Formats: sequence, C-alpha cells, structure tokens
Amino acid sequence: MIETQFTPDAAGAIPGPDWLARRRVAAAEQVAAATMPSVEEEVWRYTPIGQLDLSRYQLAHDGGGTSTASVPEHSAMAETSNGRLGVVELPAEVAAQGVEVRPLGEGDAELAASVDVDMFALMNAAFSVEPLLVRVPPGVSVEGPIVVRHWLDADGGAVFPRLIVDAGADSSVEVLELYGSADISAFISPVIEIRVAAAARVGYLAVQDLGPKVWHIGSQVSHIGAQAHLRSSSAALGGEYARTRLDTHLSGRGATGDLISLYFGDGEQTLDFRTFQDHAAPDTTSTLLFKGAVDDSSRSVYTGLIRVRPDARGTNAYQTNRNIKLSEGAWAESVPNLEIENNEVHCSHASAVGPINSDQLFYLESRGVPTETAERLIVAGFFDEVLDQFPVLEAVPAVRDRLQSKIEGLGHRGVDGEAGS
Amino acid sequence: MSEQQGGPAMSELVVEDLHVQVGGQMVLNGVDLRVASGEVHAVMGPNGSGKSTLAYAIMGRPGYEVTAGSITLNDVDLVELSPWERAHAGLFSTQQYPTEVPGVGLENMLEEAVEAAGGDRSAVEAQVAAEAELVDFDPDLLYRSLNVDLSGGEMKRSEAVQLGVLRPRIAILDELDSGLDVDALAAVSHRIEQATHEDNLGVLAITHFSRLLTVLHADVVHILIDGAIAETGGPELAAQLEDTGYDPWIDTRAESPVEIHLGGDPWP
Repeated sequence: MIETQFTPDAAGAIPGPDWLARRRVAAAEQVAAATMPSVEEEVWRYTPIGQLDLSRYQLAHDGGGTSTASVPEHSAMAETSNGRLGVVELPAEVAAQGVEVRPLGEGDAELAASVDVDMFALMNAAFSVEPLLVRVPPGVSVEGPIVVRHWLDADGGAVFPRLIVDAGADSSVEVLELYGSADISAFISPVIEIRVAAAARVGYLAVQDLGPKVWHIGSQVSHIGAQAHLRSSSAALGGEYARTRLDTHLSGRGATGDLISLYFGDGEQTLDFRTFQDHAAPDTTSTLLFKGAVDDSSRSVYTGLIRVRPDARGTNAYQTNRNIKLSEGAWAESVPNLEIENNEVHCSHASAVGPINSDQLFYLESRGVPTETAERLIVAGFFDEVLDQFPVLEAVPAVRDRLQSKIEGLGHRGVDGEAGS
Repeated sequence: MSEQQGGPAMSELVVEDLHVQVGGQMVLNGVDLRVASGEVHAVMGPNGSGKSTLAYAIMGRPGYEVTAGSITLNDVDLVELSPWERAHAGLFSTQQYPTEVPGVGLENMLEEAVEAAGGDRSAVEAQVAAEAELVDFDPDLLYRSLNVDLSGGEMKRSEAVQLGVLRPRIAILDELDSGLDVDALAAVSHRIEQATHEDNLGVLAITHFSRLLTVLHADVVHILIDGAIAETGGPELAAQLEDTGYDPWIDTRAESPVEIHLGGDPWP
C-alpha cells in the first residue's frame, strides 16, 4: 500500500475524455494496491529505488516556462511544461498529409489497451495529464522530425508525460523527444508507446538532459509489424537516477528493430537500462548497441534480455553493451541474457566493462598527445559508433556537443579523474 | 620538434646498459646503442630476442620497466618521461601492428599532438595532405578512424604521414616491413630515407629479416641475441645473416637458454 497524494480520487479529478478518466482511476487503484519496487526484485537490482520517497513530490498542475535551447529543423513540434501541453506547432502542409499531433480525445479509446510494464508505468497511466498522440496515416512519409519537448521547472513536481507514436502501414516518420529541466528536484516518469505498422519505418531519438536532482523512471514499449523497421535510440546524459525500460516486440514476420543508446554518468548519477528484445514472429531481426561511460562516483546498470519465442524461427538477434569506467569511484554493471526457444536462430551478446584501453592511450601518447587529451579523444571516439547510427540526424550535432562538454570534464572534476600513464 | 630553420640540428639517442623487465621477466640484459641524426641503424634478432621490448622501452610503453641503465635523447633523460613527453623530446615510433583507435581520426590526433608541443594546429591539415601525397596514401582514408579497416600497407603509409607531420629527431621502426606489400614498403622506406637526408632524421629499424634493408639502407647493423647486442657492424653483417641465419651468434652464447631455435634458413 503506497500512501501518497497519488490516489484514485486525484487521478479521477484530472480532466479528459470519459474512457481516459476510467482508465486513470483503474490504474490509480492498481498503484494504490501495489507495493513499492525494491532491490530484492531482479529488475530493480543495483538501483537506488529504496531511496525514492514519492511523498516528496506533488502532481504538477501548472505549466511553467519553456526550454530556451534551440531545436533542430522539424516538421512539427509539441512542447510540455511540467507535464502540461503547450503550443502544438503543426504546419498546414503537414496536417494536410493527415499527420496528427494532439492530446488524446474522445475517439481514441482503442489506444487505452497498452501494457503497463511496472508500477511507474501504471502511475503514468493514472496521472498523465495530457497524453500526446503522434499519428502518421498509412503510406505517408513525413519530411523532417516531429519534435516533442518536455521542460520541468516546478520544484518538487511529479510529471508523467505519455507519448504514443502510431505509424500507419508503409508510413515513414522520425520523432525526437527532448527532456530538460531547471536545476530543481523533481520526478518524471514518462511512457512512450511506438506502434510501427506493417512496412512502416520509424526513427526515434530521446535526448535526456535533465538536471542533477531529477529522478527519471521511464519505459518505452514498441510493437513492430511485418517488414516494418524501428530504429529507437537515446542519449542519457542527465538526472540523478535515470532509468529507462525498453521493451521491443518484434510482432510481425520480417520485423526489424535497431536499439542504439549512449549514456555518460558523472558526479553522483545512476543511469539504468533494462532492455527486452522479444522475437515473437519468424524472420525478425533485432540489434542492440548500448555504450556508456561512468566517471566520478557515478554508476550505470545495463541488463538486457533477448527472448526468441518458439515460433520465431529465422531470428537474428544481437546485443552489445560496452562500458568505460573512467574513475576508481565509478561503477558499471552489465548483464546480458538470452532465452531461446527455437533452434533456427542467430543470436549473440557481448558485454564489457573496463578502463580506457591502454594500447589506444599509448598509441596516441606516443605521437605526443598528452594523457588527458588522449583520454578525451578515445572516449569521444568510443561514442562515435553510436552517434553514427542515431536516427534523426538533425539532432546529432547538439547531442555530440553536449556529450563533449561532459567529456571535457574528464580529469577536471576531482582526484579520481586522473589516470596513470 | 621543428628545428628546420638554419639547417637540421644534430641529435643523438643514447641507450646505455639498458635492462628491462616485462611482467616480472628480464627481457633486456644490458643493451648499448647510439643513434645519431642522419644515421640508419638496424637492430636484427631472432624471435624472442627482445627487439620489440627495446622499441617499447625506449618509447615508454607502460609495463616495460627499466630496472637499470639509461635512455637519453640529446642528454634529456627519457626514462622518467611519459610517452607523450618523449614524443615532444623528438622521439617517434611505429608499431608492428598499429593499434586501432575507433572514432579518432589521423588529422585530429596530429592537431592535438602539434598543439600540445607548441606548434600551429591550423597548419596540420595542409601538412597531412602533402605528406599523404608523398607516400601515396589514399586521401579518402585520412577520414577513417586510426588504423581501423586499413590494410597493413595503408597502416604503415599512415604512420609515414604521421612521421612527416611530426618531424621527429629519432624514429624507431618496429618490423616496418611486416604485413606490407612491396609498393607500400618502397613508398614508406623512401619517405623515411628522404627524412634522414633532408631532415637529418635518425632511424632505429628493428627487423627480423634483412628484406627491409634492401629498401631502407642501414649504416650500422646490430645483432640482438637474448636481450643484449651480440655484434655490431656495417651492412655486410646483414648480408652474412642472409647466409647463416642467427645460429653463429646463438652458438656463441650457448650457455644462455634460447627459447626459439631457428632450423637452418629462417627465410621462407
């Protein structure tokens, strides 16, 4: 039993269509009956979840300011502030294609049927104030990314952004989701659902650059149809504890999912990823490349499962997680898993945690590159492989710059930054 | 690093009584060498004689511990310096199998190296282009990550480009000819010889076989056996090796354990 202001009554009081109100109350009742996750559960192992005190946070009701950072060129854009949807920019020529970017309404009841992967996804179902729908009709290709930007500046606020990307058959779209905050203490628990219908192509990039006192516990659930292709990516840079659970269901024959992420922890951050590549249909392919670095006293957790169901013959599934540990006080955990129930498959997984490669360091140093500069070059180079595979190319330069600013801190943050030669 | 004004300066790498330990094992047991500007020295020896250890110890690779003796360049004690400080002192080395550095480009590395040594990083791009042309290094490959997806020949051409831009005083070439096609070996050797003439570069070329010395002409040849110089002579020593292999030198030190016995002619 969780005693907070996150009650069924509070959920029922949020305005919206009837179907959504009913779903909110039902979800809130499940939340009220749930016990808080604990590190005893495998899926919460290595996390600071025991430190989470939800009573410190209030459901944010009022929109605040907006981010002042520049946004790459886009086809459409929606902004939220403390969970409240502000301006939606949908140019007439994009709307004329039948593209929708709007909050859920009366006619969207069929979108209620989603699976809530954990208690926080349930909280999102209960307390998401204005779930957002991005829908692309069958056969339509959208030029330029659709940007969804979230900004938090309510100290002590709890926000639950929900985004549903619904890409019709043989459509093509890229979605960029940006998370930023003022230097406040806040709790954000986003849910992203991505539906990729047959032969559709979706690129998704989340850039999480929240302040150092923000907790982020999010989940993303994707369903990829026959011959469809999802490239789902993220850059996790901010947050005090930032977790993403990523469930990717390859549901249609010939579906492909590419999962590409980078993360860089410094200070006291904990960055946490739980991935699930679920092959439920024949001839499906999934690739996963997650690369991270941890500096100072930061921590990272990667656990991933590839599951190949009995029917999924002809599956190709790959999972790679590599981590660089940049200081003595940093810590990275990497746990890959395979669960294979069909013999006609190609699966592999690789994981590594280690310091900067000493051979690479020696090579650069032997040319006259000082140790710290060489370390920064190697770490930046380590992430290049990920950046090169990101969808939403328009957003990559800004991610690269932000990552570089974290890398520049290497060796300057404290005694731990100094590496021997 | 750049002393071309008023003619190339004289430099000398001096290795005296060098003892080096790797992983708790003594590998070098008192090596003496002097390499001066403009000279090409070859260090030849069988597998396990300590050739690569000599190259790494001079460059300062971590794990190669100098337990006795000294390495100086123009009277600067190198032993206490980190590899990058040795590079700034004028040292350069090529590796038998150059390390891949994903995501780091040749030009980017050289810009950082040149700037750290007090040079002008903005000049690097043009220098790289000019040097690439000298050794026929495909300009498209300049934008690849260092040594990633390069053939043996391309890697050594890349290292010749680096040498040309950095203009070291002394270069240590570890098995330069390994994995190289004839054209690449000729191009790289020619560039190095040019540097010895025009830039007064001193060279310490480490090699198992005398093939290298048919394109890179050595003034002095040293035979390294069991971690020490067994004999020093002129180019005729390499010719003698061609006939006899290392056996004559190994036999004179028969009291020492020899890990690898070469059966007659070591050339395939």
